Amino acid sequence: MATESPAKPNKAGAFDIRLIIALLIGVYGIVLTVLGIGFTTQADLDKAAGVRINLWAGLGMLVVGLLFVLWVRLRPLLVPTDESAGESTEDSE
Amino acid sequence: MHVLADANLRLNASPIDYILLAFYFVLVLGIGYLARRQVSSSLDFFLSGRSLPAWVTGLAFISANLGAVEVMGMSANGAQYGLPTFHYFWIGAIPAMLFLGVVMMPFYYGSKVRSVPEFMRRRFGKPAHLVNGISFATAQILIAGANLFLLASVVNLLLGWPIWLSIVIAAVIVLSYTALGGLSAAIYNEVLQFFVIVAALLPLTIVGLVKVGGWQGLVDKVTGSPGGTAQLHSWPGDNLTGFGNSFLSVLGIVFGLGFVLSFGYWTTNFVEVQRAMASKSMSAARRTPIIGAFPKMLIPFIVIIPGMIAAVTVSEYVKDKQVLLDGGKAESGVTFNNALLLLMRDLLPNGMLGVAIAGLLASFMAGMAANLSAFNTVFTYDIWQTYIKKDKPDGYYLRLGRTVTAAGTVLAIGTAFIASNSGNILNYLQDLFSFFNAPLFATFILGMFWKRMTATAGWVGLVLGTASAVTVWTLAQTGVIGLTGQGISFVAAGVAFVLDIAVSVAISLATTPKPDSELVGLVYSLTPKADRTHSDTGENAGWYRKPTLLAGIVLVLTIALNIIF
Repeated sequence: MATESPAKPNKAGAFDIRLIIALLIGVYGIVLTVLGIGFTTQADLDKAAGVRINLWAGLGMLVVGLLFVLWVRLRPLLVPTDESAGESTEDSE
Repeated sequence: MHVLADANLRLNASPIDYILLAFYFVLVLGIGYLARRQVSSSLDFFLSGRSLPAWVTGLAFISANLGAVEVMGMSANGAQYGLPTFHYFWIGAIPAMLFLGVVMMPFYYGSKVRSVPEFMRRRFGKPAHLVNGISFATAQILIAGANLFLLASVVNLLLGWPIWLSIVIAAVIVLSYTALGGLSAAIYNEVLQFFVIVAALLPLTIVGLVKVGGWQGLVDKVTGSPGGTAQLHSWPGDNLTGFGNSFLSVLGIVFGLGFVLSFGYWTTNFVEVQRAMASKSMSAARRTPIIGAFPKMLIPFIVIIPGMIAAVTVSEYVKDKQVLLDGGKAESGVTFNNALLLLMRDLLPNGMLGVAIAGLLASFMAGMAANLSAFNTVFTYDIWQTYIKKDKPDGYYLRLGRTVTAAGTVLAIGTAFIASNSGNILNYLQDLFSFFNAPLFATFILGMFWKRMTATAGWVGLVLGTASAVTVWTLAQTGVIGLTGQGISFVAAGVAFVLDIAVSVAISLATTPKPDSELVGLVYSLTPKADRTHSDTGENAGWYRKPTLLAGIVLVLTIALNIIF
């Protein structure tokens, strides 16, 4: 979390939503994968038409989570410093 | 609510499901807290300081609409009508979203207005503005209430909590992050919600398809079920419109749904346009609805298909689908609105079930947050700042915005109880849209392209248009004109649109227009081309950032989808 002075209005994006998405999807992925590998009962399988859905969904989410992390790594967030459009006191008319 | 209480819908949630659900809520509130640090002016609070990238606003653009209507309503429609429901996406949403990005956004973003009603005020003056501002604010509260009610009924099914308690708790959660972080918190949560929804519904759809034996299996099962093959082709969609005639049905879908209802909704509804206004440049604003159109194209596959699968596999529907199609009550107490929940109950093991529940709750909360964040902006800027307290310092409006958010929540709780008395939630919402949006779209489009249109024409057209929609709706409800299904909304919207245009043209010719100098930036012929275009350099360079090219790609894909299905 960067420390900006409160005077600058244009600093939305100081935290990166992509990391929060990665966190949520990643944690879901881990939990589901573990459930899918270790705790799938025959009843679960019967219910889901024979698909180990926890495992597959979990792995899918892990991949998506990792892609988000990769995106953040490759294109890190730049906090714009010179943007002055849209002053807070602006009143159209 | 008795209907739901009677049916056996209790999901077998285990502790692990609750943990997954709780984790989601922690992040939701965390986003509210983090976004709060970025709010230092009213523009930050109401429009995210116009600073967000296009992919964020694009996903928020469709997520804001991915609330109760889409997820529960569209899967209910999928169960009831089958593939014709696709029209709501491909004929309904997509062309209107492209039109917003390509044609209308330059005026909204370029004129630097802070809301859709504010555009109305600058183009048509105060009477039209007041009509628009008040009707919009009222509609938001009603729709927020409907979202809240749906959320509460899901919690009621899941945890067995009383409806009123669920309503209050859900309202407090939504209120806390929207009041703290303003539009940014709402938008970031919408983006997060989008991924949770997909994570919930995509596996459900896949398991469902495996269960019915793939696409061919679904086709065979639907053919053999009540409703039959009419549910397997999107055209002509007679069952959806309720018109007895295929030609009229196609006309109703294309003109009523595709043109008037959808264009009205997507291009003038501030809930949607606000997301685009929060983006950081003209190019990003134009790309917002177009980027949103890509996932929008695919959402029906994970919303409507599960509904159709539910209708042919869930035991309650297999037994009573015919009764439900005839408008009767199923013995088990289920309605089509339960389709998605029943399918989740039948197919998902613990773990995936938790994710699915998180997805549903996420969708309803985000829908409500979107209504609230649009409501507080319109109320603060367009009603309070324009008519009641004009020249206060910015901090005053920021504080007011937070208070108004709280007041809006209280009102939404009230309307949640009204919504609980309406059987088919989708019909209820569609009706609202046709009352408010169809005449609005007529007035906007005429006003943007015809500089001769006068201020008086603006507000009289709106009022008469809305009144005519209400009249048609009332006549249909009381049985004076014989219409059923969603067709009522299509006709009401069509009538409102035509009447609005006719009245506006007639009055404009009899009254004096505003001088050209006041219309620069608001009317097509008076806006210099440079003000309507965006820069293609720097952050906005590259072919994949050109709004019109992206729009073209979406259009081609949508036409292909319409031909296939």
